[in-house]
Amino acid sequence: MHSRSPTTRTVTYVLLGLASALFVVPFIWLISTSLKPIEQATSLPPTWIPRAYIATLSGGLRTEVSLDYRVNQSGVVGTLIQGEHQGDRVFLSDEQLAKNPAALRVEYKVLPGWWHVTQRIEKKSGHDQPKWDFLPNERIESHIHLRWRNYPEALSRLDGGTDDQASLQAKHRVSFWRFLGNSLIICVFGVAGTVVSNAIIAYGFARIQWKGRDAFFALTLATMMVPFPVLMVPLYSVFKAFGWIGTLLPLWVPAWFGSAFNIFLMRQFFLGIPEELSEAARIDGCSEWRIFWRIILPLSKPVLATAALFHFLYAWNDFMGPLLYLTRKETFPLSLALQSFQSQVGGVEWHYLMAASAVTTLPVIILFFFAQKTFIRGIATTGSKS
Amino acid sequence: MTRREGKNLFNGLAFTSLWIIGLAVFTAYPVLASLYYSFCDYSILKGAVWSGLENYIELVHDDLFWKSLRNTLVYTALSVPLGTIVALALAMLLNAEVRGKSFFRVVFYLPSIVPIVASSMLWLWILNGQYGLLNGLLGPVLHLFGKTPPAWFTDPTWAKPALVLMSLWGTGNAMVIYLAGLQNVPRELYEAAEIDGATGWRRFWHVTLPSLRPVIYFNVLMGMIGAMQIFTQAFIVSDSANGQTGTFDGAPARSLLFYTIYLFTTAFHDLRMGYASAMAYVLFIIIAALSYLATRLSRDGD
Repeated sequence: MHSRSPTTRTVTYVLLGLASALFVVPFIWLISTSLKPIEQATSLPPTWIPRAYIATLSGGLRTEVSLDYRVNQSGVVGTLIQGEHQGDRVFLSDEQLAKNPAALRVEYKVLPGWWHVTQRIEKKSGHDQPKWDFLPNERIESHIHLRWRNYPEALSRLDGGTDDQASLQAKHRVSFWRFLGNSLIICVFGVAGTVVSNAIIAYGFARIQWKGRDAFFALTLATMMVPFPVLMVPLYSVFKAFGWIGTLLPLWVPAWFGSAFNIFLMRQFFLGIPEELSEAARIDGCSEWRIFWRIILPLSKPVLATAALFHFLYAWNDFMGPLLYLTRKETFPLSLALQSFQSQVGGVEWHYLMAASAVTTLPVIILFFFAQKTFIRGIATTGSKS
Repeated sequence: MTRREGKNLFNGLAFTSLWIIGLAVFTAYPVLASLYYSFCDYSILKGAVWSGLENYIELVHDDLFWKSLRNTLVYTALSVPLGTIVALALAMLLNAEVRGKSFFRVVFYLPSIVPIVASSMLWLWILNGQYGLLNGLLGPVLHLFGKTPPAWFTDPTWAKPALVLMSLWGTGNAMVIYLAGLQNVPRELYEAAEIDGATGWRRFWHVTLPSLRPVIYFNVLMGMIGAMQIFTQAFIVSDSANGQTGTFDGAPARSLLFYTIYLFTTAFHDLRMGYASAMAYVLFIIIAALSYLATRLSRDGD
């Protein structure tokens, strides 16, 4: 609209700025968390920039540490020289010492507000106990550090296993690549089926006059009204009868037999292609198949791209289908693997969970930036033509 | 039938043959079988035994059925109007000839293509009661008033609003449709309104909104049908609240026991497939009735 006052323009920009901040912040939080050490992810107040903490431990060792908690009372760190825990390195608060005096070789005194820190040792480096200490703020430095290591660590544990040697060698481990491969099989075979089958079917509805066609098309549109839960139980028994339960087949084979929405979408597009093109070809003796293949298809790339794109998104996102039909971890696509990972580590390893979520999201974001026009046009046409 | 007609019929059937098979196997048979099962006592382990109206009668007396229906209607009644308002407001902002329009459009649209499993994880984290970002920001402010922020997904009162909040983040798809609709409103209408002295809200009520009615109708209808079948987000959140117990009872305190969750549990956990089919048909009827109502409301304005 035109002739807007400067005030209106300013208000518009302020509102747009606020709204886009609200939409972007969750993404930033996802990436930020995925690059933090876990104790920073679960520290309050929330911090935005991932950091690494370097401390000089007692004994002079300078190393990356995790900040575990702040002690709220004074005490001492030392080694027990008597009793059944002789030789253990412990922290005893002044109160504990007063109540229960222990024989102790004192290393140093601890004041309230000091941090309990633990040395970060690389995974798989043996059986060393990580060294811990109590340190005042001054002995801890921090710098910005993006923990990209979280990503391979998260993906290697996506099947719910841990990083210790015994688990890594176990035969039942499923790798991230397997999950990704399953997702790609469902998506690629499904997209191919969607494009091929719906184009052929829509041609039959749009470009050939035959008895019963319009009634059949009306029936086709009517099936769009059926909610999936109505089909759920019998579909399961159909796939069970085919012996497909536990395989990826129920997730992509049906795409090869058309879908009402895509038939509708492509039919609309085919109807817009001038009939004279087909007539001229028919006079030249072309078969319907040749007309479809040589004339209609080459003109229909935009609608084929739209259908392909939206099926890819649907198949990549689909959670209910895999949940219904898949039973073994080796057959899980990424969506189901991510959920089952969350179910096992949820509430603890948020940094890994965010890293795995980012990886699951990345392909659709990349796809969006490559096919932005197709996306926007696709949504706009599906929305306004229906 | 002429030779030409016969040939056309053959070609038409040949081109649509894949769909004839697909429709029969993946839609028509399931729709009919489901109807039949809804009158049967049926589990996947043993065959279907006719039981008349028993399933439907049991439904009427099933507290969980009513609970799940109420939960679903509450969620729909919150998420659809709010989603419509947010999407429409964003589209109007973008339609105001601003610079960087395509940038903002991307920003608003992107969340809607984030896989729902991933966005559920993200919102579980943002809305985490203890360490979540939202409570980290809200906490200090509410503290001034002597209050504490809710635990969102683990609090029966706040779990549904939390899901609504999450759905608003994914409203970009509807926004793009509204934006396209706004761009199709004939300029002459605005010019005529301007001559009549209509500005601001009056122009919105009398020009923009009536022109958008078909688009709003379409979006509300689709949004409603989708919301009535909400499953994945609720399933994931509920499972997380339950902590790996393998039962999907709509935790916390059944506040997330939505219709489709209850149906899924009945069919594939309790293996009561006849009862689940009856539930599915009741849902079908409810959705059809709501669609009819929406269509009537949209036409009454003419």
